[in-house]
Amino acid sequence: MLPMLIGAAPFGLIFGTLAGPAGLAPWAAVAMSLAVFAGSAQFIAVTLLTGGASIPVIIATTFVVNLRHALYGASLQPHVADLPLRWRALLAYFLTDEAFAVVYHRLQEPAPVDVRRYFLGAALAMYINWSAWTVVGIAIGRNVPGIEHWGLEFAMVATFVGIVVPLLKNRAQVAAALCAGLTALAANGLPYKLGLMVAALVGVAVGMALEKREVRS
Amino acid sequence: MIQAPLDTILMLAGMAVVTYSVRIGFWLGASHGFPPRLRRALEYVPVAVLSAIIFPTVLLPGGVLSVSIHNAQLAGALATGLIVWRFKHLLAGIGGGLVVFVVWRLVM
Repeated sequence: MLPMLIGAAPFGLIFGTLAGPAGLAPWAAVAMSLAVFAGSAQFIAVTLLTGGASIPVIIATTFVVNLRHALYGASLQPHVADLPLRWRALLAYFLTDEAFAVVYHRLQEPAPVDVRRYFLGAALAMYINWSAWTVVGIAIGRNVPGIEHWGLEFAMVATFVGIVVPLLKNRAQVAAALCAGLTALAANGLPYKLGLMVAALVGVAVGMALEKREVRS
Repeated sequence: MIQAPLDTILMLAGMAVVTYSVRIGFWLGASHGFPPRLRRALEYVPVAVLSAIIFPTVLLPGGVLSVSIHNAQLAGALATGLIVWRFKHLLAGIGGGLVVFVVWRLVM
């Protein structure tokens, strides 16, 4: 739990610092951490804003990127099915990668646990942590002159590279990465950054097609 | 340039609604399990979306293809990739890539 809170700190900082240069007012950056609470989607939104993407493309990308949370929801479903609706509605708000990892891990242990208390406790700690580091990042971004020229904008790209590399475990994943990347280069001229959506679809399709072939052969 | 407040509110509301819907979706009503095809597709979403962001950002600075030794983003991205691949440490990779990027921009 503590490593996750510490691990989130630099990303909250980077998000808060770069939100301003990307065109987000301070209140908007805080509001995004409070209302969306999804680190990778927030990083992507800031990167897309910097690149001049339209709002529908940003929302669509958020949806696609956060679809994996549905997978978490499906895994936890048996453990929350008996909770009252208001509890499910509350806990779902905090269903991030980290919250899922912590709660799912705890549920695998033999000792019984009160899902409500455990989930909400862990989630609130992460929520407050993420929002607080966002605020610190915003303060740094506004008070350190010229910080947007320090190369921090590259920190977002570096983060994405660092997330992708360990996922390139087989040929299907490598092909998905290359095809999505090359399509994005070719489609860069499309309006509203629609090339991103096209490229992501091509990448997913190529990955699935190659996986099917490998399973067959 | 700061985004207009109304645009910001629309964007945040849209992002919040899609995110929350995805999170609560399986907790409303009876679950029919996760569609296997969608589960397989999701395996490729992170790699595909992030690569679709990385390639143009790194290789098309200012909209012009730049595959050369003068491209600091490319040098930094390669450094991050190598460090994460070799040492399996995300923060070290980001830090290392940042250093390479900054030094590269000063020197090259």
